[in-house]
Amino acid sequence: MARRARLVGQGVAIGLVVLLLVLLAWSLVRSEGGDLAAAAARGERPRAPDFTLERLDREGELRLESLRGQVVVLNFWASWCIPCKEEAPYLERIWREHRERGVVVVGLDAKDFRRDARAFMRRYGLTFPIVYDGPGDTLSAYGVTGFPETFVLDPDGRVVEAFIGAIDTDPDRMRLRAALERALGR
Amino acid sequence: MRRVLLVALLLPAALALGAAAASPPSAAELEAELVCPVCETTLDQSNAPVAERMKAFIRERIAAGDSEQEIKDALVAEFGPGVLARPPEGGFGLLAWLLPLAALAGGGIAAILLVRAWSRRRGPLEPEPPLAPELERRVDEELARFEG
Repeated sequence: MARRARLVGQGVAIGLVVLLLVLLAWSLVRSEGGDLAAAAARGERPRAPDFTLERLDREGELRLESLRGQVVVLNFWASWCIPCKEEAPYLERIWREHRERGVVVVGLDAKDFRRDARAFMRRYGLTFPIVYDGPGDTLSAYGVTGFPETFVLDPDGRVVEAFIGAIDTDPDRMRLRAALERALGR
Repeated sequence: MRRVLLVALLLPAALALGAAAASPPSAAELEAELVCPVCETTLDQSNAPVAERMKAFIRERIAAGDSEQEIKDALVAEFGPGVLARPPEGGFGLLAWLLPLAALAGGGIAAILLVRAWSRRRGPLEPEPPLAPELERRVDEELARFEG
């Protein structure tokens, strides 16, 4: 009986250790998204995590995978974010200038009220597709820690360039245009 | 007379219950029960822009006559269940309540099993072996000197 109890105790202890290791591995895999920007900076092209989210610009949902074959400028924003307000008109301009070339700007509004996001879209005249992620579940997959952040994806859905913070200076804008050309394969 | 006494006793409680049901939810209480999705502290501890928007929303809904549950449901519909400081007492949220209890019960059972296993392994106490005659003589001498 004592031997059996000891075996049970050891089994429980080993099970707990294995469970903790699995949780640790899972959290490490989940936080891998934080490396997307770093990998893109090293010249790698990590795969952009897929998502399917509700659209704010029209009815229905948008799946990132459905945009394969196009260059995607994925911009994470929120209506309460001040730099996002400064950046929004420029992203609209990029969308209008490049949409005929197979570039689509996608806004991903997170941790925000839908109605605030729609008011923001009206105020800045945004016409590109915008999806809504109120709980912000996609942020960790992309390693987004603040707003705005922008990822340029090539037609295969791989990250070519990442921008932490607003694209509001001439060097940033030149880097975005260069990234678009690289993603377009020119 | 008994009826009058009964009514006199129950009326204040009924009135209090009615008043509680009719009174609008308290913004301060709601702010302590809801979490800012950016800084992940309760709203009353946060002054993040989104927390300020949420506080304004709560006041707006209270003024519109929404109940506490309606306000919480509306915020969950925007920000997900993570906005609730206390997990819901049902569905998946029930795990958050049951797991600590299960862990406590499991720990208790493990402790009982271990104590039982240890107590059995040690077995009954055996009498101490007698002292060597020489050592016993020296102890007696030392004690006699100490007492004398």
